[in-house]
Amino acid sequence: MATAYSPTARKPIAEFFDKAGMLVVLAILFLGCSLFVENFFSLANMKGLALAVSMTGMVSCTMLFCLAAGDFDLSVGSVVACAGVLAAVVMNKSESITLGVAAALGLGALVGFINGFVVAQLKINALITTLATMQIVRGLGFIISGGTAIGIAREGFFGLGNSALLGVPTPIWITAVCFTVFGFVLNRTVFGRDTLAVGGNSEAAHLAGIAVTRVKIAIFTAQGVMAAFAGIVLSSRVTSGQPNTSQGFELEVISACVLGGVSLTGGVGSMAFVIAGVLIMGIVQNAMNLMNVATFYQYVARGLILLAAVLFDRWKRRKQ
Amino acid sequence: MNPSTPLLAFDHVSMDFPGVKALDDVSFDVRAGSIHALMGENGAGKSTLLKILSGAYVPSGGTLVIGGQRKIFTNTAHALAACIAVIYQELHLVPEMSVAENLFLGHLPQRFGLVNRRALAAAAHRQLELIGEDIDPWMKLGQLSLGQRQMVEIAKALTRGARILAFDEPTSSLSDREVRRLFKIIRELKARGCAILYVSHRMEEIFELGDRITILRDGRHVETNELANVTRDTLVQRMVGRTLADVFHYTPRAFGNSGLVVEGLGGPGLTEPCSFTAKAGEILGFFGLIGAGRSELLRLLFGATAKTAGHLTIGGQSLDFVSPREAIAAGVVLCPEDRKKEGIVPVRSVLENTNLSARRRKARAGVLIDESWEQSNAKDRCAQLRVTTPSVRQLIRNLSGGNQQKVILGRWLSETVKVILLDEPTRGIDVGAKSEIYGIMQDLAKAGVCVIVVSSELPEVLGVSDRIAVMRQGKIAAILDRADASEEKLLRLALPLETARAS
Repeated sequence: MATAYSPTARKPIAEFFDKAGMLVVLAILFLGCSLFVENFFSLANMKGLALAVSMTGMVSCTMLFCLAAGDFDLSVGSVVACAGVLAAVVMNKSESITLGVAAALGLGALVGFINGFVVAQLKINALITTLATMQIVRGLGFIISGGTAIGIAREGFFGLGNSALLGVPTPIWITAVCFTVFGFVLNRTVFGRDTLAVGGNSEAAHLAGIAVTRVKIAIFTAQGVMAAFAGIVLSSRVTSGQPNTSQGFELEVISACVLGGVSLTGGVGSMAFVIAGVLIMGIVQNAMNLMNVATFYQYVARGLILLAAVLFDRWKRRKQ
Repeated sequence: MNPSTPLLAFDHVSMDFPGVKALDDVSFDVRAGSIHALMGENGAGKSTLLKILSGAYVPSGGTLVIGGQRKIFTNTAHALAACIAVIYQELHLVPEMSVAENLFLGHLPQRFGLVNRRALAAAAHRQLELIGEDIDPWMKLGQLSLGQRQMVEIAKALTRGARILAFDEPTSSLSDREVRRLFKIIRELKARGCAILYVSHRMEEIFELGDRITILRDGRHVETNELANVTRDTLVQRMVGRTLADVFHYTPRAFGNSGLVVEGLGGPGLTEPCSFTAKAGEILGFFGLIGAGRSELLRLLFGATAKTAGHLTIGGQSLDFVSPREAIAAGVVLCPEDRKKEGIVPVRSVLENTNLSARRRKARAGVLIDESWEQSNAKDRCAQLRVTTPSVRQLIRNLSGGNQQKVILGRWLSETVKVILLDEPTRGIDVGAKSEIYGIMQDLAKAGVCVIVVSSELPEVLGVSDRIAVMRQGKIAAILDRADASEEKLLRLALPLETARAS
């Protein structure tokens, strides 16, 4: 009898879906695309796909922390652009790769620290704070570059984005390292556990002796540094600093995290699922490109996927 | 309508919450043109009754009878439609909007879909005049005094044609003059034939204003009577008169010499500097009504709120912490009153919640989680405190209130504790778990911990404490020995009464 579905028979399936939901979606999506999308399952395309999601992947590591702590960061796209531009300008002026990279990372750290300080210490809403810094930093990028792309003259710098190790492009390696390191930090360090506690209930965390303000500032600072680093890698790949680049990047990163089951109310998130979220976004986009879907439609599709993921999350929580 | 006609009656009303029977078969009636006082200790069920009246709760049993008709409200709009208005301690008005807009919120006079400002001002003016208030209808509500806001709330109720008005501690934050005005209006409402239900802790007010009185205790109806037939003394006895089986596990203990010494502590929520001592191994209870400053005092002791004056000494050692983190390191811990908001991290596991604080010291190199310690500590604490959970990986929000409280206690038993501050440790917890928590408190005290417990429940505070401090209006009114304390004495000291002030 189909109507007499016993709860004991249903529970393991529901529980499995609860635990592995997005990984299942990822597997099905991957399988479907391999079978039905021409050229999808090829080494060249896999490499292209991984390279395409490498930046989103890197920044989603720190965005995971930010969301898990119950906050938000919209400024990452602007930091990517501004850091690339600053690296280019400083490298060209000083003829030193190190100085250029240091300047860009310093900018990221500063922006991140300001975000963290304003959000955690001054208790201003993260959405508003980072919306402001997003525009300020985007503007700074244009000011520093004079509004145009800055070509980089140091060829030694291009290796970062364009070399390969064991046939795999360096940015993919970097992203893999980031996933590993931040996954470890989240699961195996006091800082990671504190982050989840702060996001789950910041007042309770405070009363349990966790330095909530310090944790939040550290997360935002790391986020800024990570975005700046992604900007450096990007500028190396395209051999120039582009003030226009990565508009809407923050939304892509947040979408990937949310798709990976990170709760927007904080306290819940795991690295494995974020990686799944990043790959789902990447595969969908890649498949659409292969099928020659016009960019305009791609926006609609991405938005719909995000909406579906959030509704799924809500449905899951309602059920509990 | 005949003044003795019941306009409102509660007919065998019950209300069950998980593990608690908040109201148990309560029946009484409130007459038109009469002021009906409702009294009882904290937790006696007064607020629950008002929430049922306002439609915020649906009773588990029984009905309301309004003007002879049986009614059950499933939302607040139903109650409003039945001409009922409940005026709460925290007012339900919008401070950013004007007085006039607040008065007519939800049914603003409109013309072509736009708010008709002139009609609105005129109508608002009429309503305010009706209760004798001269307030500019276009003032922002936030600019008014609390007393004036209350008047606006009453006027709002009247604009909706309310015939049954319930007041929940309406004078708690009013000045004397405002109280006079409020009483005058309540009497006018009575003269107009409204039925008034008046909840207050203040005896003078009840005797000055009330015609009849109903007393609740532990969710049960004790008596309804003409006020002329009762005295203050019988009233207090009826409110507290109960015996409870010995669930407190109280055993006399020897105290250590040194303990907690608090001198001249001052800060937000306290009206006078507080000084007291609690020896190692002693259980010091704090009794008082809601808002007397007890929770504020604990937060100051814990460093969760910055103190403005005073000094702490523990075990002869002078301490001056400014954050919970430092307090915990010094051996002072707090189980907060509002478990959900301040105690647990609901989306995390029992293990996470147990180790939330102690893991900082146990981590390898202060950074890396020691998985085996985390596991064994969580399991040990759960076993020690008899936490009922399928596993330590279970999310804490799936546990009952009593088990959540035990996990928070377990969090602190993972630390080296010298002083434990417990704020309403058994609120919303069933009797079995309560008794276990009292046992844990006794064990802690026996182990030489200084236990400070805040409670609104008289039997609890009398049952567990060695000494009891009574707080009233932001200061310590008295500290009594266990042998000298009684429910009547504590309540008299806690109530803002003239008799108490004189003593």
